[in-house]
Amino acid sequence: MSATDPILRLESVSKHFGGLRVIEDLTLAVRRGVRTALIGPNGAGKTTVFNLITGVFPVDAGRILLDGADITGTPSRLRIGHGIARSFQNIRLMPHLSTLENVMVGQHCRNHGLRGVLQPVNLVPRNRWREAARAALANAALIQYEHSTVGNLPYGVQKRIELVRALMAQPRLLLLDEPAAGLNPAETEALQAQLEKVCAGGGLTVLVVEHDMHFVGALCEQVIVLDFGRKIAEGSPKEIRENLLVQETYLGTPAAEPMERHSARSA
Amino acid sequence: MSGYLEGVLVLLAVNVVFAYGGFLPLAAGQLNLGLAGFAAIGAYASAYLSNVFKLAPLVAIPLAGIIAGAVALVVAVPVLRTRGIYLALATFALGQIVQAGILNLEVVGGAAGYPVAAFIRLPTIAATAVIVVALVWLLFATRFGLAVIAVHDDEGAADLIGIDVRAFQIAAFALGSAIAGVGGGLYAHHFSFIEAQYFNISLSITIVLYVLLGGTQTVVGPLLGAAVFTLLPELLRASAHWRYVAFAAAVIVIMALRPEGLVTGAQLRRLFGFTRAEHVGLPKERTG
Repeated sequence: MSATDPILRLESVSKHFGGLRVIEDLTLAVRRGVRTALIGPNGAGKTTVFNLITGVFPVDAGRILLDGADITGTPSRLRIGHGIARSFQNIRLMPHLSTLENVMVGQHCRNHGLRGVLQPVNLVPRNRWREAARAALANAALIQYEHSTVGNLPYGVQKRIELVRALMAQPRLLLLDEPAAGLNPAETEALQAQLEKVCAGGGLTVLVVEHDMHFVGALCEQVIVLDFGRKIAEGSPKEIRENLLVQETYLGTPAAEPMERHSARSA
Repeated sequence: MSGYLEGVLVLLAVNVVFAYGGFLPLAAGQLNLGLAGFAAIGAYASAYLSNVFKLAPLVAIPLAGIIAGAVALVVAVPVLRTRGIYLALATFALGQIVQAGILNLEVVGGAAGYPVAAFIRLPTIAATAVIVVALVWLLFATRFGLAVIAVHDDEGAADLIGIDVRAFQIAAFALGSAIAGVGGGLYAHHFSFIEAQYFNISLSITIVLYVLLGGTQTVVGPLLGAAVFTLLPELLRASAHWRYVAFAAAVIVIMALRPEGLVTGAQLRRLFGFTRAEHVGLPKERTG
């Protein structure tokens, strides 16, 4: 776990939308096994960074390296096979499928060829993929929802199901886009417990975009601060809280408690 | 069995097959208004194979399905580049091209129609329909079914999960067209005479209606849709002049009351007693 062992590196990455420079010459590294937060004001480019890492948009300049391998030109569909899984800011489960079926969809990238596609996951009750998905749901205390249509479930439960689905790909790097946004305190706590369980294994690196600084402080060991598509600070949660520049651009002075919860979509 | 009853049941079985031809692309989120064209390819291919090469209908019909599916596979690549209303129009045009092509194909009778020598009866047709339903049901119980519905629900998220969105759309389109081709073959060998005019846009729209009204989320939906909308007009026969009005009104009422179709996935899961978890589970939701 040394600073010289990054699992993810962005090198001088830029992304413009028309005249809007959303990401500008951004260089950052996420160290292996270090739970890292990406914070910043709305419009700082946090979600865009996720979309560049997962290949939703191509970069205009720069390189993205995963475990030293250049994935800048890898199509979005194949990046999960390299070990990058993500959750979404607005839940993107498949609303017409049940919880269990959604989790089984998350296993897709581990199935290859015609044999993988024709796995009888909904036909054979003891199919090994089905059993694995049920075990993951049981492990996350979500098994009671296995046959519920996800569209009808509470928001907080859906967020946790999305996390289970992302983990079914057995990723090396997990990107979570505002996992706690819109959750009530009880739901946030349940999510945090689930995340801590997930990270306990040690084989997974987590990068989180989050506005809730209590959540970030409790979960993350490293914080990267973004503003106008540039990195303005990096350090432990404690260092970041005490950083004057970050206070000025984002957190506000300590007197300005309680901290405002942003919910608008960040670019 | 009376000739009338057999006629209705044959129509029901053929319509059920057609409905599954429409179901596959719709389950993947794509409207195929060229189904009648693929049914026509199947009907004419099967008729030609049995008339000219003396193949038995039970050999000719599956071959005709494969031919319709192969044609669909070739055209799918350019046609499925379009989306939404443009895809609907592109597939509609495809159906028109097939129809116009057959009208000008003298080897199968052109505009005069094409007699089909080999005859099949209700048991064969019903058995084929049962096999088609069983195969689609089996297919949708595999990962293929999950992937197709995932593509329908959220293409972007499905792509990031590693699903080859385009491959599944093309597969659903081609398999659906092959099934429509089988339906066309069944029709040709029972009615002993086919003409291009029968395979028009209104046939395509009727098939799509079966699926949309029955429900696109489950394998049961098309079966129910085809059954209800084949039998309903027959039951309404009593009021000879008004039956099509009543039928159209029924379509509108169902669309208003059940916008996602008569059968939905959530409803089926309820029917099979899976609700207990939902009702008991909610208050039990852990709070940390």
